[in-house]
Amino acid sequence: MKILYGMQRPDEGEIRVEGTPVGFRTPADAIAAGIGMVHQHFMLADNLTVLENVVLGSEPRRGGLALDFAAARKKIKEISDAYGLGVRPDVPVEDLGVGDRQRVEILKVLYRGARILILDEPTAVLVPHEVEELFDNLRGLVREGLTILFISHKLDEVLRVADEITVIRRGTTVATVGPKDVTSRKLAELMVGSELPSPETRESTVTDVVALSVRDLTVRTGDGRPVVENVSFDIHKGEVLGIAGVEGNGQAELVEAIMGMRPCEVGALTLGGADISHWSTLKRRAGGIGYIPEDRHRHGLLLESPLWENRILGHQTRRPNVKGPWIDRSGARADTRRIVEEYDVRTPGIDVDAATLSGGNQQKLIVGREMSGDPVLLIASHPTRGVDIGAQAAIWDHLRTARAAGLAVLLISADLDELIGLSDTLKVILRGRIVADVDPANATPEQLGSAMTGAGEGV
Amino acid sequence: MNGFVDRLLGRVRLGGWLGVAAPVIAVVFAVLITSGVLLVAGKDPIEAFTTLADYGTQPRSMAMILNTGVMYYISALAVAVGFRMNLFNIGVDGQYRLAAVVAAAVGGAAVVPGVLNIVLVVVSAVVVGALWAAIAGLLRVYRGVSEVISTIMLNAIATGLGAWLVSEHFGVLTGNDLGTRPIPDDAHMPGIPLIAGTPVLVNGFIVVAVLLGIAYWLVLNRTRFGFELRATGKSETAAVASGVSVKKMIVVTMVMSGAVAGLIGMPELLGASYKYSNNFPAGLGFTGIAIALLGRNNPVGMAVGALLWSFLENSSNQLQLLDISKEIVQIMQGVIVLSVIIAYELVHRYRIVAEQRRVSRELAAPAEPPKAEAAV
Repeated sequence: MKILYGMQRPDEGEIRVEGTPVGFRTPADAIAAGIGMVHQHFMLADNLTVLENVVLGSEPRRGGLALDFAAARKKIKEISDAYGLGVRPDVPVEDLGVGDRQRVEILKVLYRGARILILDEPTAVLVPHEVEELFDNLRGLVREGLTILFISHKLDEVLRVADEITVIRRGTTVATVGPKDVTSRKLAELMVGSELPSPETRESTVTDVVALSVRDLTVRTGDGRPVVENVSFDIHKGEVLGIAGVEGNGQAELVEAIMGMRPCEVGALTLGGADISHWSTLKRRAGGIGYIPEDRHRHGLLLESPLWENRILGHQTRRPNVKGPWIDRSGARADTRRIVEEYDVRTPGIDVDAATLSGGNQQKLIVGREMSGDPVLLIASHPTRGVDIGAQAAIWDHLRTARAAGLAVLLISADLDELIGLSDTLKVILRGRIVADVDPANATPEQLGSAMTGAGEGV
Repeated sequence: MNGFVDRLLGRVRLGGWLGVAAPVIAVVFAVLITSGVLLVAGKDPIEAFTTLADYGTQPRSMAMILNTGVMYYISALAVAVGFRMNLFNIGVDGQYRLAAVVAAAVGGAAVVPGVLNIVLVVVSAVVVGALWAAIAGLLRVYRGVSEVISTIMLNAIATGLGAWLVSEHFGVLTGNDLGTRPIPDDAHMPGIPLIAGTPVLVNGFIVVAVLLGIAYWLVLNRTRFGFELRATGKSETAAVASGVSVKKMIVVTMVMSGAVAGLIGMPELLGASYKYSNNFPAGLGFTGIAIALLGRNNPVGMAVGALLWSFLENSSNQLQLLDISKEIVQIMQGVIVLSVIIAYELVHRYRIVAEQRRVSRELAAPAEPPKAEAAV
């Protein structure tokens, strides 16, 4: 997608537009070739009017300097009427709703003469009736002879709007099918692949003691749209609770709410019997929540600090890192050496910057850190993402060992094999809601995939 | 880009001799550029630099360099506190001037005698500086106003407020000079005869400056608070995930920076002028920014930077004897700051590459460690 829009250059292969091979260096080249992109996140200046936003960057001139707003207004009107977009040119963008803004984005692209439109997850921000309107608009555009590339992970929508569907998994084209030839279940299978999980034979270590209990957790975005809605679950000591879901369905927000990093409405959030709903992140951490973040570079590490300082991060209130208000250098350093040893972090020493380690070794350091200090609950977000196979196996082993010792784990992952293999209980999240409970003992990635994409009829 | 700003503000370590190499290279480079400018102007650069060096090594000038350097150093510390966590307190200038006005008035009123008065003056300066900086901190936290903008504007307000306070409330006219009532003799900071061979005393606040430097290092590098401050500066997202309250840190850091800024005017007020008038030194806050950059927020580096700056400022007048414009020193200062930034960047890139190489070399050397691959 980035390549098609000229934001990134391909290593090999070629792009043809209407039969002619093209090479894009910048988005401007792509626009010149008639390719326009509607981004998932709107790129509009709120305090300018629709008209000003549309012409921004390609303003019609009159007499060299003056802006020819009259001509622009006329052209916008024409485009809007031709495709039935119903855009009012003189309203400030800040007064528009999300659906209107999206139409402005589309109009912006059309104004620049695009004949091929790329829409990146266009429905992610829309409510159902806005989706309907968008689809009507899109059909209008297609009728007028435009080409639309509609990128989405919502299968029902793809099936409804597309004339042809191409499934991409891990960067390669898996299949190209017609919407009439497939069911959403079949499509889900294509999306997640059908590799079987490595069989896991092991006895359950789940106890009756509830470690974390979440009741009616709701997280809203700034504009009041719920991204997590009425989520409730219990995690027992010795249990791994897996959350499956296509990314962007509220998992990140759920984790941040439990960590206290994001404001949320909650019925009750209890950790080991204590009500923690009003605790700060620091208090929750000190209360025994370990956290392996989804994005280790942003949330888990100080990349340009030595390993031993990274050992302190997030554990700066506890031994062996501090004595009262003072940092305990020798204590922290000794414990960092222990982690490096026990978790097999490949590093020449504990004084090198975290940035110099490979992803797998960084992750092992984080896992070691978060397992220190006897956590009650571990939140593991994509714990093996972007790490090599060896580190992956090691991290899984550490999770299993800790679980056997009574640790409660909330596992969030996009790797279905990992979820099925490690979890004692599996829940599926879709659009911020828990939509299904799956028994990992007899679940297949296909079943899980259908539930995740909303294609399943209840698993 | 973000990484570059991190390095600019010295939140990234430069190991060992490399950290020293960069400023030395920069100063040498600045000397070369300045020589070029002098040559173009038809002057002899060697003669100019010899004059500067001769002047700087005389006992009397050394004492004067130390005295100005003390103020520069405190100013650099005030700026550096903010820099360490990504806060640009451009308002150090307004903070210290407003603090000096109020402190001078408090001291002039002589409510308490002697040493107690010194303490009172210093405390009121610290409080005023801290409160003035707190405005910017609170605006940032509650209204999202960039502290760069708010502190710049607060500088202008502080100038006006200070002038109004002096002219309408605290001012007494001595000859042509409108200033605050002088602080009584018993509340003067005694000087120290530190440099032999000159009657010029070194300002007693040099002790305070050294203690401040040590405290700065201890708090930032050895305490939990300092760790959280540095962590926030390096990665706000990681700090949030680690339970650091970024809002609280912003306000506390601004207040600390302002409190230190309040002390900048004290050597002058309690050790030289004893009152606040139109002659009170202005612009020290901006000098502090340059020195903090030069010294990479390192307490020793900033001390060296402050002395270098003070030496250049004090000896610039000597150049006029050679018929060289004293502004040549400003060119030199500008080039030093610019080239030091470039030199740090180059050294940093070199270090990253070198460390990456070292890590892979040391990991490759003992072939696979005997532990083999973790059991699957």
